[in-house]
Amino acid sequence: MKITLKIKRFNPETDRKPHWESYEVEVEPTDRVLDALHEVKWYQDGTLALRRSCAHGICGSDAMRINGRNALACKLLMKDVAKDGGTVTVEPLLGLPLLKDLIVDMEPFFAHYRSVMPFLVNDEPLPEDGRERRQSPEARERFDKGTWCILCAACTTSCPSFWATDQYVGPAAIVQAHRFIFDDRDRAAEARLKVLNEQMGVWRCRTAFNCTEACPREIPVTQLIGEVKKALATGKLE
Amino acid sequence: MTQYHQFEAVIVGAGGAGLMAALHASKAANVAVISKLYPTRSHTGTAQGGIAAALANMEEDHWEWHMFDTIKGGDYLVDQDSAEILARDAIDSIIELEHMGLPFDRTPDGRIEQRRFGGHTAEYGQRPVMRACKSADRTGHMILQTLYQSCIKQKVTFFDEYFMVDLIVQDGICRGVVAVHMDSGELHVFHAKAVLLAAGGFGRMFKVTSNAHSLTGDPVAACYRRGLPLEDMEFFQFHPTGMYKLGILLSEAARGEGGVFLNDQGERFMERYAPTMKDLASRDVCSRCMYLEVKAGRGIGGKDYLYLDIRPESITRYQSAPGGKPVTAEELEKKLPDIIEMMRVYQGVDPIKEPVPIQPTAHYAMGGIPTDNDGWARADEKGGMVAGLYSAGECACVSVHGANRLGTNSLVDLVVFGRRGGKAMAEFCKTATFAPLPKAPEAEVAAELERIRINTGQEKAGKIRVEMQNSMMDNVSVFRTGPMVQTALDKVRELKERFQRVQIDDKGQRFNTDLLETFELGCLLDLAEVTAAAALDRTESRGAHSRDDYPKRDDANWLKHSFAFHTGAPGAALTSPAIDLKYRPVVITKFEPKERKY
Repeated sequence: MKITLKIKRFNPETDRKPHWESYEVEVEPTDRVLDALHEVKWYQDGTLALRRSCAHGICGSDAMRINGRNALACKLLMKDVAKDGGTVTVEPLLGLPLLKDLIVDMEPFFAHYRSVMPFLVNDEPLPEDGRERRQSPEARERFDKGTWCILCAACTTSCPSFWATDQYVGPAAIVQAHRFIFDDRDRAAEARLKVLNEQMGVWRCRTAFNCTEACPREIPVTQLIGEVKKALATGKLE
Repeated sequence: MTQYHQFEAVIVGAGGAGLMAALHASKAANVAVISKLYPTRSHTGTAQGGIAAALANMEEDHWEWHMFDTIKGGDYLVDQDSAEILARDAIDSIIELEHMGLPFDRTPDGRIEQRRFGGHTAEYGQRPVMRACKSADRTGHMILQTLYQSCIKQKVTFFDEYFMVDLIVQDGICRGVVAVHMDSGELHVFHAKAVLLAAGGFGRMFKVTSNAHSLTGDPVAACYRRGLPLEDMEFFQFHPTGMYKLGILLSEAARGEGGVFLNDQGERFMERYAPTMKDLASRDVCSRCMYLEVKAGRGIGGKDYLYLDIRPESITRYQSAPGGKPVTAEELEKKLPDIIEMMRVYQGVDPIKEPVPIQPTAHYAMGGIPTDNDGWARADEKGGMVAGLYSAGECACVSVHGANRLGTNSLVDLVVFGRRGGKAMAEFCKTATFAPLPKAPEAEVAAELERIRINTGQEKAGKIRVEMQNSMMDNVSVFRTGPMVQTALDKVRELKERFQRVQIDDKGQRFNTDLLETFELGCLLDLAEVTAAAALDRTESRGAHSRDDYPKRDDANWLKHSFAFHTGAPGAALTSPAIDLKYRPVVITKFEPKERKY
C-alpha cells in the first residue's frame, strides 16, 4: 500500500525550529512503522535521524509519537496506523529536549531513573552455602510487572504532569522503584519511598492513565504507581 | 576539535560482557565504558530462553556434563580448557547475578528454576536435562537490566552514544581507542592502559537475521584493519526458529517447553534425524534438517519455510514437554510470554491455536577476536599476545563455542569471560604504565570519515548493503559449496570497490547517522569478506560450517582454528583484498573427538 509519512524534522545545525516534511512510501500492511522510516532514510533522504536497534520491541530505542500517541516504531504495524493512501504522522517524544529529527536528549529521563536507587540494596550476609538467596514464587511474582520495563520513556513522555514540569520523577522511574520496593530481597524501600514522597515524587501523578496506554510492554503503570502511593499512605508494603 | 580522555581501562560495548567486565574492573581500576547505544539498548537484552549452569536445582546435573555438551555442540572445535572454565564458572556467575538482584524464576522451595534447552544433556548425551536458568523468556533483558543497575550502584563512568571507529595499537601495544561523539560529531581519543572490546556480533551481513541493526562488528573490523587476527570467522550460527522473512528470534525455550518442528506433511521430522534429542538437537543440526526438508519438497506449501508447533494439544499429544506431561495454554503463556506476543504482533498468528512459519535466521558469530582464557587478545596463531588488549562476549573467540554454540551458552560466555576479562585488565593496569599515544592517533580514521562525508560518487549505501546481505544469505549460510562461497567473495569484493564511491546525503556533524551507518557498512563488508574467505579455505563440514562439496568432518586436516590476517597497509582493509589464513591447533583435554549424534 502507498502511504504518506509526515515526519517532524529538525536539524540543529540549520533550523531554528522544527518543521514537517512528507514522504510517499510503498509499504506492506504488515511492515513496521520502523520499516517505513528506513525506506525513507535508506532510499529517499539519508539525513533523517532516528534511534533504533533491535527492531522487535525489546531494546526500547525507537519510542516516538506516531499519529499523536507514543509507541515503539518497531512494534506498530502499518495496517494498524494507516489505510492505503493514508497519512501517518511521526514526531519525537514530547517533554525531553529535542536534539535532531526524532532524537531527543534522554539524559533527564535517566537522571530521574537514577534518583530512585534502581538497584538491589541488601548488605546482609549471603547464604552460607554459597548459593542463591531463596525467594518464593509468590514473592517473585509480587514485583514481576515492573521488571518488564525497557526504559523506552514512552510512559514518562506521555504524562501530562511530566509535560507540566520535567522535574517530576515520572512514571518510568516509579515503576523502577516499585520493582525494588516490592522485592522481598531488598532493604531500601524506605529510602526510595522517601524520594517518591517528595513534591516531585509520586503525588504529581494525576492518574491520567496515559502512561498505561503508552507502555509497549503492557505494564499496568498507573496501577503500580497506585501501589506506591498506597504504601506511602498506609506505611505498609503489601 | 579532537578531545582527549585518559582512563586506565576503557571498555567498548555495554551489553552483558562489557557491563560484567566494568563491574569487576572498576573495583580496582579507573574505568570508562563507551557504547554507541545507551547500555540498556544492547542486544544482550533480546536473549530469551535462559543461561545454563549445572546448579542441579531440578534434577541431577554436573559441570562436567555441561562441559561435554559444550564441546560436542561445538563439533570438537572448542578449546577444552576454556569449556571447562565456562561450565565450572557458570555456577558461581549465576549465583553472583542472583545476589545482584536478578529476578530469576523460582522453584516451589525458592531456588532458581531451570528448563531444558537444545544440546544440553544428562550423562554425556543420554537425555535432555533442565539446566537453563531463566526469567520467563526475558532472561537476557533481566541480565542486562541487573548489570546496568549494578553499574549505577557502583557509579561506573559511561560515555553513552560514543561510536568507536578505530583502535590505537602500535608496536604490538594497545594504547586506546578513537570514538565519535554521536551528538556533536566530534572525535574523542581515549588513551588507556588497557582496552576491552565487548561490542557483540555482526549478523547484519546476512539478509535474514535475529541481530539488531546496530550489530555491525565495528570494533572487530577495527582490529582486523589494524593487522590483528580474527579467529574462526567461517563459523556463523543459523538459529532454526527465526520468524519467516523477518528473522526475529523465537527462543529454543519454545522447544524446551515441548514445541516441535513440523513439515508440510505434518510430520515431526526431527524424530528421523535425531532420534534421542529430537527437536532439542543442537541448532546447526536442526537448521540443516530444515534445509533438507525444504529441499525434498516438504516445506510448507512447497515453500522455503516450516512450522514450529507449540499448540498445547500438540505438545500433550507428542508428550514432548519435560517428563512427557500435558501442558495448558495458561502455562505456556506464563513461560513464553514475549515470544507468544511477538508471533501475534509480527506474524498475526496465535501460536496457541496455529503452528508458526519459521526459517533459519543468522544468529551468532562463533568467531571473532581471539583471546586466551582471561580475555587477553592474541596477536597471532603461535602464542603472541597484544599488550593491553582484551575482548569478551560475542565479538571475542575464546573459543568456547567452537564450530557451533549451544543455546544459553552465549549468556554464560558473557558473564564468565566478561568477569575474567574485567579482572584481568584491572590486574594489568596495576603494574602497567600508559604507553604513549602516537602523534594524531585519530588522523587516519578522521580522513576515512571525511572521505565518506564529502564523497560525490554515485553509489548508495542502502543498495550495497542489500546486495551484500542477499549474497551472503544465498551463498554462505546453512549450506555452502566452494563455488557458492566464491560467488559471495567476488560479490563482496565488487561491493567493497563500489563502497569507495558511496555518496551520503547528510553532510552535517550532529547525529550524522547517515555517515555512521555507512561506516558500519564498510565494517560489515570487511567482515563478510573474511567470513567468505575462511569458509572457502575450510574444505570440510563441521558444526555450522556445512560444505556440500566436503560433507564429512575431517579431523586429520581440520581440527584447528582459522586465524585470518589482513596483510595490506594498516587501515587499508577497505580497499585491499589481501587475506592471509593461518591455523592454530585445538586444545583437547578430556574428550577425544568422536562422531556427533543427537
